[in-house]
Amino acid sequence: MQLYRAHVLVCGGTGCVSSGSKKIQEAIVDELAKQNLDKEIKVVETGCHGFCEMGPIVIVYPEGTFYCQVQVDDIAEIVSEHLVKGRIVQRLLFKAPLTEEQVPSYKDIAFYRKQHRVALRNCGHIDPEHIQEYIARDGYEGLAKALTTMTPQQVIEEMKKSGLRGRGGGGFPTGLKWEFASKSPGPKKYIICNADEGDPGAFMDRSVLEGDPHSVLEGMLIGAYAIGADEGYIYVRAEYPLAIKRLKVAIAQAEELGLLGDNILGTGFSCRLHIKEGAGAFVCGEETALMASIEGSRGMPNPRPPFPAVKGLWEKPSNINNVETYANVPVIFLHGAEKFASMGTENSKGTKVFALTGKLRNTGLAEVPMGISLREIIFDIGGGIMEDKKFKAVQIGGPSGGCIPEEHLDTPVDYDSLIALGAMMGSGGLVVMDETSCMVDVARFFLNFTQKESCGKCTPCREGTKRMLEILQKICDGNGVPEDITTLETLGAVIKNTALCGLGQTAPNPVLATLRYFRHEYEAHINDKKCPAGVCTALLEYKIVAENCKGCGACARVCPVGAITGEKKEPHEIDTSKCIKCGSCIEKCKFNAIVKG
Amino acid sequence: MCQCKCEEPKSNEALELEKVFAKYEGKKGALIPVLQAAQDIYGYLPAEVLKEISARLRIPVSKIYGVVTFYAQFHLNPRGRNIIRVCLGTACHVRGGAKIVEAVTKAVGIKDGETTEDLRYTFESVACLGACGLAPVMMVNDDTHGRLTPDKVAPLLEQYK
Ligand SMILES: Cc1cc2nc3c(=O)[nH]c(=O)nc-3n(C[C@H](O)[C@H](O)[C@H](O)COP(=O)(O)O)c2cc1C
Ligand code: SF4
Ligand code: SF4
Ligand code: SF4
Ligand code: FES
Ligand code: FES
Repeated sequence: MQLYRAHVLVCGGTGCVSSGSKKIQEAIVDELAKQNLDKEIKVVETGCHGFCEMGPIVIVYPEGTFYCQVQVDDIAEIVSEHLVKGRIVQRLLFKAPLTEEQVPSYKDIAFYRKQHRVALRNCGHIDPEHIQEYIARDGYEGLAKALTTMTPQQVIEEMKKSGLRGRGGGGFPTGLKWEFASKSPGPKKYIICNADEGDPGAFMDRSVLEGDPHSVLEGMLIGAYAIGADEGYIYVRAEYPLAIKRLKVAIAQAEELGLLGDNILGTGFSCRLHIKEGAGAFVCGEETALMASIEGSRGMPNPRPPFPAVKGLWEKPSNINNVETYANVPVIFLHGAEKFASMGTENSKGTKVFALTGKLRNTGLAEVPMGISLREIIFDIGGGIMEDKKFKAVQIGGPSGGCIPEEHLDTPVDYDSLIALGAMMGSGGLVVMDETSCMVDVARFFLNFTQKESCGKCTPCREGTKRMLEILQKICDGNGVPEDITTLETLGAVIKNTALCGLGQTAPNPVLATLRYFRHEYEAHINDKKCPAGVCTALLEYKIVAENCKGCGACARVCPVGAITGEKKEPHEIDTSKCIKCGSCIEKCKFNAIVKG
Repeated sequence: MCQCKCEEPKSNEALELEKVFAKYEGKKGALIPVLQAAQDIYGYLPAEVLKEISARLRIPVSKIYGVVTFYAQFHLNPRGRNIIRVCLGTACHVRGGAKIVEAVTKAVGIKDGETTEDLRYTFESVACLGACGLAPVMMVNDDTHGRLTPDKVAPLLEQYK
């Protein structure tokens, strides 16, 4: 193998590709060739580093220098200064949000310092399209250990000891699930990976598939061995073309090395894996619907029992886990269940990847040990709220979850504590909202989503969510009445108890949680016809504050309906009967003279 | 596709579809992959193609229709040359995705779910493109565009002919 004195890692995840990383990579390769450095320095395309907002990201090793928002014009300088003369290009370093201090190394950036990367251990560090790089980081060693030194029953025991719980939402203990499937009789069983990632606002599964596909394959193979499956499917959203491509490459390379297919590692154990592309329905993330979709039908959930472990894909015993769940498995076999169980809380072991989004300074993917507080995630890793606004709530668990207000931010995060707060872990989507977010609007947003995605099979969900949405819409439009709140609570409770699948059973959560913590906002909408956050258009009125208005006329020029009038250099006025509340004038006024409320 | 019984030479599309059948014939769960491949070939799913698929896979047209209408990905009508997908997922909603939708409508004159008459654009909103870190996000064909503001939309779309 050729030795290189330096490696330049260019992020090739979806986020950075959209910010132009392909061109950056080409420019680096060209520049290195031009300066005759291509034999000494290697360029590697990696998966996502989880800090896509700062992309395109380029990291130079051995130093671990972290360059962000790199442009093609910067490449010549990086090569001549850093790679030739060893001088770091200061202006491209990450700047700490508060202190404006430049942080040279990956490890010292606050966003990464509190993270503990297990599922994401290789993401951003290896070239996902070269199996050798995965193997060089102990890849497939866990599988080899399981296949050659353990019986399937011992594998299950080890999983149970690790305490790993499903990362796809429910948090069911993975070892127990495998045990059920292994005990189901029958010669034909399936192992399935749920990569449908439907929660809008979560992208950790995408990141793992794009950045480290072999960790998922390895986890699935260990699972297949444990339950006795010889065939499996990975069900991936069609919206993730790059993930699908990398999985295909990974499967082909693993087959070539005898790590997948017949007689794996010469042990007599065989397993084939196929990719199925989803076709765009959120409910297909539900396990029984997902299997119906693989079979080629409409992806509608079926009542459980029978559970997939007994009667799953094509009526055969099947085991289904989430991408992140599988990505954790090899680590358990590499370092042992005890080591894994030493991270986390009493009942939630290991780490969890959260997708930090919303009004945060640093958005991205953060993997942290279970039991860390929300405050640390939001303020230390996420860098706090954008533009120094005030934190209002954080929504956890997407459309099935709930929002949590400031007073509970110090709660240690795990599966059980979140449920006690009326939220849930879900997939780990974490949307931060500030004082300019309206909680009624947020509840309506999620309900609109679940209502649209309801498959229509059972009445409580199909009709119930529609009624709830109508009421929320009415409240946002300023036509709410006080009884609406109790109706929402009653309907919510009924739907939770009677819907057939998880989609319906959890759909009321965002409404119930906002009612629990932000009831006053609902009341303001209903009783005072005001939206305190200034979001619900129907309840807003735009006004010009005469003392601040300089009469520049900028607002009048952008107003699409000519609602603003006034003499030059004199305070202007808005005719509220004409105003369509488009908000253009506020954006244009340089003197903060226009207010809404 | 031609309705008559004469032996007209097959179109390129029909030949491509033939290859798809060869790949999936006799396989379990073939319907959805075949529909996906057919849509890649034709750009949408014309009624004749659905009939052909029904005959070849021996699945009733009614069931195929049920599947096609269940999944958001399948389209029964012709689509524009450029597909604009604006994200209205949570992260994008919180960072002003609705304003991007307005800007697209203003720029190309169609609403969510519509196609322009000259078939230049089809516009649809989606929930999460998986690039939430760059919210608000829009995809045009296979290109993801992040960190959008309403005024960036029109010039960006203009590049797609
Ligand atoms: C409406 C609905 C959508 C779901 N979407 C997903 C998903 O996108 N990804 C996922 O892994 N699990 C999803 N789940 C959970 C799965 O049904 C299942 O519990 C999970 O794949 C099991 O894997 P785990 O034990 O590893 O978490 C969804 C559940 C429901 C009810
Ligand atoms: S709860 Fe909703 S999504 Fe689930 S089966 Fe019933 S109608 Fe379908
Ligand atoms: S833009 Fe502001 S300062 Fe200028 S006329 Fe309008 S309200 Fe007054
Ligand atoms: S909000 Fe829009 S319509 Fe109303 S005054 Fe301002 S620019 Fe005119
Ligand atoms: S895609 Fe580059 S950091 Fe996420
Ligand atoms: S919410 Fe828009 S890309 Fe995820």
